Amino acid sequence: MIKNGADRMNWRVLGPRSAGAAVVSWISRRTLTGVLTLIVLLLLWCLATDVTGIVDRQRVPSPTEIAAAARQIMFEGYAGGTLAMQAYHSVRLVFLGFLVAIVSGVPLGLAMGLNPRFEALVNPAFLLVRPIPPLAWIPLAIVWFGLGDAAKILVIWFAAFVPAVINSHVGVRSVHPILIEAARVHGGTRRAILWDVVLPGAMPMIFTGLRLSLQASWTTLVAAELVGAFFGLGRVLMSAYRDIDPAMIATAMIAVGVLGAAMMKLLAMIERSVLRWRTV
Amino acid sequence: MADSLARTAPSRRELAMLWVVGAVVFFGLWQLVAGSGLVTRLVLPSPVDVVTACLRMIVQPFAGDTLQDHVLASLGRWGLGFSLAAVIGVPLGLAMGHWRLLDDMVSPVFEAYRYVAPLAWVPFAALWFGTGIGGPTMVIFAGAFAPCLVNAYRGAQLVERQLTEAAQTLGAGGPRIVREVLLPGALPSIVSGLRVSAGLAWQSLVGAELIVVSSGVGFVLVQGQSNLSPEIVMSAMLAVGVVGLLIDIALRAAERRVRRRWGQKQ
Repeated sequence: MIKNGADRMNWRVLGPRSAGAAVVSWISRRTLTGVLTLIVLLLLWCLATDVTGIVDRQRVPSPTEIAAAARQIMFEGYAGGTLAMQAYHSVRLVFLGFLVAIVSGVPLGLAMGLNPRFEALVNPAFLLVRPIPPLAWIPLAIVWFGLGDAAKILVIWFAAFVPAVINSHVGVRSVHPILIEAARVHGGTRRAILWDVVLPGAMPMIFTGLRLSLQASWTTLVAAELVGAFFGLGRVLMSAYRDIDPAMIATAMIAVGVLGAAMMKLLAMIERSVLRWRTV
Repeated sequence: MADSLARTAPSRRELAMLWVVGAVVFFGLWQLVAGSGLVTRLVLPSPVDVVTACLRMIVQPFAGDTLQDHVLASLGRWGLGFSLAAVIGVPLGLAMGHWRLLDDMVSPVFEAYRYVAPLAWVPFAALWFGTGIGGPTMVIFAGAFAPCLVNAYRGAQLVERQLTEAAQTLGAGGPRIVREVLLPGALPSIVSGLRVSAGLAWQSLVGAELIVVSSGVGFVLVQGQSNLSPEIVMSAMLAVGVVGLLIDIALRAAERRVRRRWGQKQ
């Protein structure tokens, strides 16, 4: 979870010529324990489902069933499309909603952070919207736009908007006043101070907000599709639940997890390349 | 926009005035648009409609119960799922902070679980534990578990090494160190984890109720939606927001107290 120096303790080298030793010595003991645990859990799961069948198969799918379900949705399709189509549909919606939220939320947060008067003016409306969980917008979005894509984008926008605003706001506030003073003393214009001091200073916080926004977008989209959708991974989950097909439920959950992780990794990569000047 | 870069800081009074103006403009615009007949009440009810719907639901039962009874039903589920997450997550996190083997074993499984959106557990939760108490509780648990564990674990790692080593030298065993050194040392971090997790639990609860349950505020939301009455949906949203806000305020107060009493000197 959190890597520190002590965890990187190397595995004992067995002998200079042993073939495994070279491999084992660079795999940390931590990784090894983790992988072993996962293997043991997988074996136990196989034992309980495929081999002995103690667990009710109507409730807990076995690994072979999940593999079969994965093959089915990948090649034949399920709930109206193959896995690639469903995943593309969901990811595209998240991307659109997230984009709208960034474009509207970050500038609003920056403006609120820069200008206390503007903040006071906007705050009443924002305070009203802020505590409402994004999922609670789903029914209203359905009333307004039905079960189509527009409703999903609206809900994702609400989910991603609030963290984007708050963190941009905090980011601007966290820029040290002395830095701004110094830039002013050296004759920086307002525009220069804004672009060269305030924005870069706020950037790390803004990215923290974007991470939260992305996570919220993905969770909310899955929920919105579970509540009602024609297409997408949440729709697959719901259909599998109605068909009582636990293997398909598990497959869809794995797809949700893998895609969520991949999107977060992508954002982390973008953050690293944008904030290359950061030492930490 | 770059006004704060100028030297004139607005006075408190000016800010308060602007705040009132902002509120008036917001509600005024809303009322104006809703009242102008440009959009039907099916799309945008006026703020007055929402407040009256809210008051009516407090007096007259809607979807089987009054608004406050729905809120109580939701709060019961929330309390159950949240306390389950705290009771399992906090000790596990502390133990992982002490025994490295346990940390190495649990971490990969935990990482895998963390990437699955909590609401994706809804189908399995309903299949395994039904849609009454068990299923929603499991979804809430799935939403609330991660911050409980992570903050207990980080808190345990922040406890100064000398303290655990001193306890060890004096002959304290593992369980005792966890209980008497790591727990108090990590308490501030644990409490902030609990606050985050309480908020997430409340969100997951709304999601679970939207999908599978037949009482609670989430159910009111769904019923309002299928009755095509946005004023009911908005009242329920208001109730969800207010309860979530109250939970947050209560836990923030608790956090401040714990920090003052147990916080390590920085």
